[in-house]
Amino acid sequence: MTVLAVSNLAKRYRRGGKPFAAVDDVSFEIGRAETLALAGPSGSGKSTIARLVLRLIEPDAGRIDFEGADFLALSGAALRARRARLQMVFQDPLAAFNPRATVARVLDDPLRIHNIASRAERPRRIAALLERVGLDASLASRAIHEISGGQRQRVAIARAIATRPSLIVLDEAVSALDVSVRGQILELLLDLQRQERIAYLFISHDLGVIRAVAHRIIVLDSGRVAESGDARAVIANPQSAIGKALVAATPRLTRSRP
Amino acid sequence: MNRLRRFLQTPEAIAGAIILALLIVMALAAPLLFPGDPQAIAGPALLPPFQDLSLPLGTDRLGRDVLAELFHGARTSLAVGLAAAAAALLIGSVVGTLAGFAGGLVDDVLMRITDAFQTVPGFLLALAFVSIVGPSLGVVVAAIALGAWTGPARVARAEVLSIRERDYVAGARVIGMHPLEIAFREVLPNALPPVLALSSVIVAAAILTEAALSFLGLGDPNRVTWGGMIAEGRTVLRTAPFLSVVPGIALVLTVLGVYLAGEGVVESTAVRRSLS
Repeated sequence: MTVLAVSNLAKRYRRGGKPFAAVDDVSFEIGRAETLALAGPSGSGKSTIARLVLRLIEPDAGRIDFEGADFLALSGAALRARRARLQMVFQDPLAAFNPRATVARVLDDPLRIHNIASRAERPRRIAALLERVGLDASLASRAIHEISGGQRQRVAIARAIATRPSLIVLDEAVSALDVSVRGQILELLLDLQRQERIAYLFISHDLGVIRAVAHRIIVLDSGRVAESGDARAVIANPQSAIGKALVAATPRLTRSRP
Repeated sequence: MNRLRRFLQTPEAIAGAIILALLIVMALAAPLLFPGDPQAIAGPALLPPFQDLSLPLGTDRLGRDVLAELFHGARTSLAVGLAAAAAALLIGSVVGTLAGFAGGLVDDVLMRITDAFQTVPGFLLALAFVSIVGPSLGVVVAAIALGAWTGPARVARAEVLSIRERDYVAGARVIGMHPLEIAFREVLPNALPPVLALSSVIVAAAILTEAALSFLGLGDPNRVTWGGMIAEGRTVLRTAPFLSVVPGIALVLTVLGVYLAGEGVVESTAVRRSLS
């Protein structure tokens, strides 16, 4: 079953007065509990696609169907209500939260906005969410800037799953974390996917991480799809020039593994 | 406590804090030390200062106690200054946040209105407003706020323009937060510090504007104000200069104290920012 279907998506910007295509005729689908990776060098349009899919920016052309309905047709309250099913985790977990917020407030917002739990019930739900992502419930009263980067990214994931979404966009979600924490967060994401059947749109420039978590991959080059297919197959034997360059730039992958 | 200690680091801040504290004590103690109407006749007219112990600063043309008037005037000056500044900051930050966050047509309309208010001198605006609506304390506060909200609005808008591009605003949209809630709960509190830095300037200007309005006879006639006292003393400036000089000194010290304390606050928050 298809969760997200994107077809012929296009977004143009102006750079120095000249228009250029940030995203040019991109189409893909993501199924339930599937991870689709978007790979490509900086400026290849990965993050633009993420923001288009989330309706943070509007496309110039194309169609986005989310859970079988036209996502671009929604606006106002209907769009806001629909956002419960489509969440995001940002790259920098510090920038992704209001600097004045506490952990409890960050997790309280989605529960309150989407009427998921009554005011009296919310503290319990917040504690359950924190435990679900492997954090201590006592962390709720701490300020966002007081906890570590890894803990922050776990809070970001807890916020994303608070509304029981069917798709989470992960925009370089593990790139800013150190290697040991990265492994734990990836484990958590895989575990959540198995249990909650969440689909991931996984944006990364790190092919090693992509190979560990993604089912399929799309390699982007200046806003266009260069190649796509099974993640392991593409990374093992890239056909496009940009795919080859990305594999060559990832030292771990050229080394033989047991 | 820590914050207070950091605030009191510079001698300017200490001086400003002392002046402001004295002023607040004066304003609060006025009805206790000088019960009854400060505009009532208390002794012979035009008694010079330091002649009569019960009237230490002498009396004015009608025989009113200058010290009592000074204390009660502090109430008016502080009340008008703080209320007008609070109103200006409130209006300014709301308008600036809406303009910066909404962008497009809303931004254009709100900023053209701001331009319009900014091109008219604030004092002229207050003068016109009070002479049309009539002098009362509330009207004076509104009149001063009318000319003072544009500065905070511009600063708030500039700050909001940079904040609205941050990830956490996108994050708030992703979880389905209403745009108004994003603007006023996520963006505005983080845009406030530079706006609040303007508050000392606005309070000081508001106190001066109030004094000027009173001097021109457009203050609340039922209240003693320092501006009104100066105007009152103007007619006898040569024979009894103290009638204008005493409230004049009070006015200068107040504005100075507000400025210095404001500088101290800005300075201490700047230190905190660079430390974190």
